[in-house]
Amino acid sequence: MNVRKEGIAVRLGDPLFVAAALTLALFGIAMIYSAGLTEIRTPVANAWKRQAVWLALSVIAFAFASRVPLRWLEWATPWIYGLSILLLIAVLVVGSGPGTRSWLKFAGFSFQPAELAKLATILMLARSLGGREEPEVRLLRLWRPMVIAFAPFLLVLAQPDLGSAVTFGVILICALFWAGVPLFTIFMLVSPGVSLLLGWSATIWGVWFVFVIILLYLRRPWMLEAVAVGVGNLAAGALAAPLWNSLAPYQQNRLLVFLNPGIDPRGAGWHLIQSQVAIGSGGWLGRGFGEGPQKRLSFLPEQHNDFIFSVVGEELGFVGVLVVLLGFGWLLQRTVKIAAGSSQNFGSILTFALFGAWFTHLVINVGMTVGLMPVTGLPLPFISYGGTFLLMTFIGVALISRTAQEH
Amino acid sequence: MTGSKGNGEARPGGVRSQSDVDRMRSRRARLALGALYASIGLLAIAFFRLQVVGQEEYTLQSTQNRLRAISVPPPRGSIYDRRGRLLAENVPGYSLALLPGSPDSARATLERLAPWLELNSERIDELHERFRQRPGTALLVDDDLEPAVVAAIEERRPQFRMVLIDTHPSRRYPPGSSIGHVIGYVSEISESELEIPDFETYEAGRIIGKKGIERQYELELGGEPGVRFVEVDARGSIVGEFGPRPSIPATPGADLTLGLDLELHELADSIFPDTMKGGIVALDPRSGEVLLLYSFPTFDPNRFVGGISSENWSALRDDPAEPLLNRALSALYPPGSTWKPVVSSVAMREGVAGIEDFMPNGCNGALQYGNRPFRCWKRSGHGALDMSGAIKESCNVYFYQLGQRIGLDRLLSGVNSLGFNGRTGIDLPGEVGGRFPPSRDWYDERFGPRGWTESVTLNLSIGQGETEQSLLRMAQFYAALATGLPPVIPHLRRSEVLENRRVDWRVDLSDPQRGQIVQAMSRVVNEPGGTAYRFRLAEWEMVGKTGTAQNPHGEPHSWFVGFAPANDPRIVVAAIVENGHPDNTTSLAVPLASRVVQRFLTDEEVPTSSPAVTASTP
Repeated sequence: MNVRKEGIAVRLGDPLFVAAALTLALFGIAMIYSAGLTEIRTPVANAWKRQAVWLALSVIAFAFASRVPLRWLEWATPWIYGLSILLLIAVLVVGSGPGTRSWLKFAGFSFQPAELAKLATILMLARSLGGREEPEVRLLRLWRPMVIAFAPFLLVLAQPDLGSAVTFGVILICALFWAGVPLFTIFMLVSPGVSLLLGWSATIWGVWFVFVIILLYLRRPWMLEAVAVGVGNLAAGALAAPLWNSLAPYQQNRLLVFLNPGIDPRGAGWHLIQSQVAIGSGGWLGRGFGEGPQKRLSFLPEQHNDFIFSVVGEELGFVGVLVVLLGFGWLLQRTVKIAAGSSQNFGSILTFALFGAWFTHLVINVGMTVGLMPVTGLPLPFISYGGTFLLMTFIGVALISRTAQEH
Repeated sequence: MTGSKGNGEARPGGVRSQSDVDRMRSRRARLALGALYASIGLLAIAFFRLQVVGQEEYTLQSTQNRLRAISVPPPRGSIYDRRGRLLAENVPGYSLALLPGSPDSARATLERLAPWLELNSERIDELHERFRQRPGTALLVDDDLEPAVVAAIEERRPQFRMVLIDTHPSRRYPPGSSIGHVIGYVSEISESELEIPDFETYEAGRIIGKKGIERQYELELGGEPGVRFVEVDARGSIVGEFGPRPSIPATPGADLTLGLDLELHELADSIFPDTMKGGIVALDPRSGEVLLLYSFPTFDPNRFVGGISSENWSALRDDPAEPLLNRALSALYPPGSTWKPVVSSVAMREGVAGIEDFMPNGCNGALQYGNRPFRCWKRSGHGALDMSGAIKESCNVYFYQLGQRIGLDRLLSGVNSLGFNGRTGIDLPGEVGGRFPPSRDWYDERFGPRGWTESVTLNLSIGQGETEQSLLRMAQFYAALATGLPPVIPHLRRSEVLENRRVDWRVDLSDPQRGQIVQAMSRVVNEPGGTAYRFRLAEWEMVGKTGTAQNPHGEPHSWFVGFAPANDPRIVVAAIVENGHPDNTTSLAVPLASRVVQRFLTDEEVPTSSPAVTASTP
């Protein structure tokens, strides 16, 4: 009996972590069920059943994936990564979806290659960085991980799916961070991105640029790197305006509305305002499970998917929100602990990058529902409706579990 | 991100031990966990602000989001005639409105509704425009739906999410077109009417009286709309009543009883010649109650219920016969010979001639004035007549000379003191007041000081030239002549207040003088040779004056104004048929008038209202 119990525990690596993931997913199904309870019945009413089937598939996938030794996985990684890049290219050619090309369909089965690509990129980065004896200090020597992350970044951006694209950036930074790359090197890498964001105002960008130059002078990196960083920042600042103009109007709108939802209360700001009204009217304890009027009357956009957390807020109130956030906090903290406790470089970096991806999704998705983040369409891990996403999340859980197991 | 930490972590040039890596990772893990909990804390603060601090405000917004106040139309008051017969009532009807929402989906919905509601593209454009201009209010599309259409739309509910079908009281006018002009009609309030101070409490989509009695007594008939609160979803579909706020029921409008006689309207409608245009008015000369106010061609007010189609509307508006013109009230005609008693009254009051006085020249068919002859209608001439005979035979030559004897100044001031330059003040919208020159200055202004001569006096004496009067105005004067009482103000509503209202002018004749004019008018009808002799009544002494009014539009108009019975007048009637045949013009208006009088006086003898009494009548 005892041996058998321990066996399961060993196989699960960290049973509490897995239990937390499963609890969140089951809670997600409950919320998707609630999201389907509308006065006028919509297809969303049946979404929870499909999600339940996907969860079953995900658990099976978990069972298999958690038995694969990390060494085998590391060996297979380039193939997985290559496949995911091919699929990302394919989706641009034959993909479908509302507004963006993000879905591949075959045999009545829809699939989002970007979700696979996130996992594949994490694996590829973990393989690339984990194989080193030494953490790389030199920025320009980091070209390999940069290329690994940039390829899917650009392909996803072309769909266009800004939210997912940003995730690739975060994954790269997390992987480098965990691989021990000095913070200043990461700073140099990130600085052109900051320039891009600040490029809309010449003054603010100017202040930033001077700050970067002063820092470069004080830290004295290699001349070539300093020049590259300087030129990168200049180019990004200059490119900000043309890039902005190349965004689709709905994307521009989303970003503008994030800054001021009042500018378009009937259009792009509508979603945010309705979400805030739903959450705000939830109060301390919420309207009760299934009872939220905003949700019941379909005022929430994508209420089983992107805006599912608004349903949580409306129906379960501040207390419910806090419990869910702390649940995520515990799960993510556990993930970091597993990453820190692993002696296996590949698994450790992989785990930490997954932490980074989930963390990003959590902050952007939940922040979006209250107006802290722009509306980007990033789903909430474990909770939001979406088969591919749930499956990839649970494969992630399996890999983390495996990492904990091989500790 | 500060650089100082980075220095300690990496040791370029030296191989790191596992413990170095562990130390680096545990430091960085703390950093990551810090970021994690800081973010969660920040999110929690944001949720706290919305959910705990802002709860009240957002709960209110959430309620407003899904709450729609829907106006409950009040039933309009019913309208009855003098004997309690129904002129206007309400029957249960169905209305269809579009709830507030996006203009695009409103348009799509209208297009899907088109086959059922017979909307053409023009009407859709118009409705769509109105929808866009008033966001946030429901748009009334049709308020007289057939039950079959209601069923068809309800069956296809998912296609018509924005559509609100509601039962409401719908207007019906059982008598139809015979009362069209006097009763008016109802329709949705217009943009410009919404600006009128009387209607400041009215909302778009409200049904309002547009003309006639429906308009005049709108504020009483209209009632107060109630409010129903419903819950709608994000697309504007109604999902049910909103429990927390109870509905406020509508207050029905007040009923209204008119002095009108429905039977007279039905009679007028049946006897008025189909190919002609004109009108008939009848008053009770003692009270001023309007018994009959009929204009032909007329329209069926029921056609406006539920929104008249633009084709029907333009057909009515563009019809050359002008069926929307109320010829009893809003049209002016030269009064012709019906004017002669007016001139006689002025002459007697001024003391220039009595009823038995002759004029210097007998009638030989014309009177020479200056270098032109002023003709009498009878080419062969009437010979010598006194005033009574001249009224009976309607001799123009006599009245030319009478007018000259009165003189232009006294004629102008005398007629003006009888109120012929203005409105009667009837309780109906759209009355056009009579026109008569107020003074000589009027001529100077109009034609220039040398542009006219005293010969205008001759035309004014026979009701031609610069005088134009309405049927109602002529009836009012004859009522004053009939009773000798202070002249009444014609009114439709039965009310003592209105009955006791009197105008500020007087006929100012002694009873004998008035009797003499009435006697002369009796000869018109009741003596062989009188112009209306053919249409006298056997049982009652009807008196009156015929008229043949020359006009620039074609054949002369045929007039008759009179009253009956002569010794106790209970009905005054004025009738006109436009552009009659030249040979027997008088025979067009007189029979209409005499049949109205006959019917009224006959019916008057039958006891009113109580069904028991009616049943026992042999």
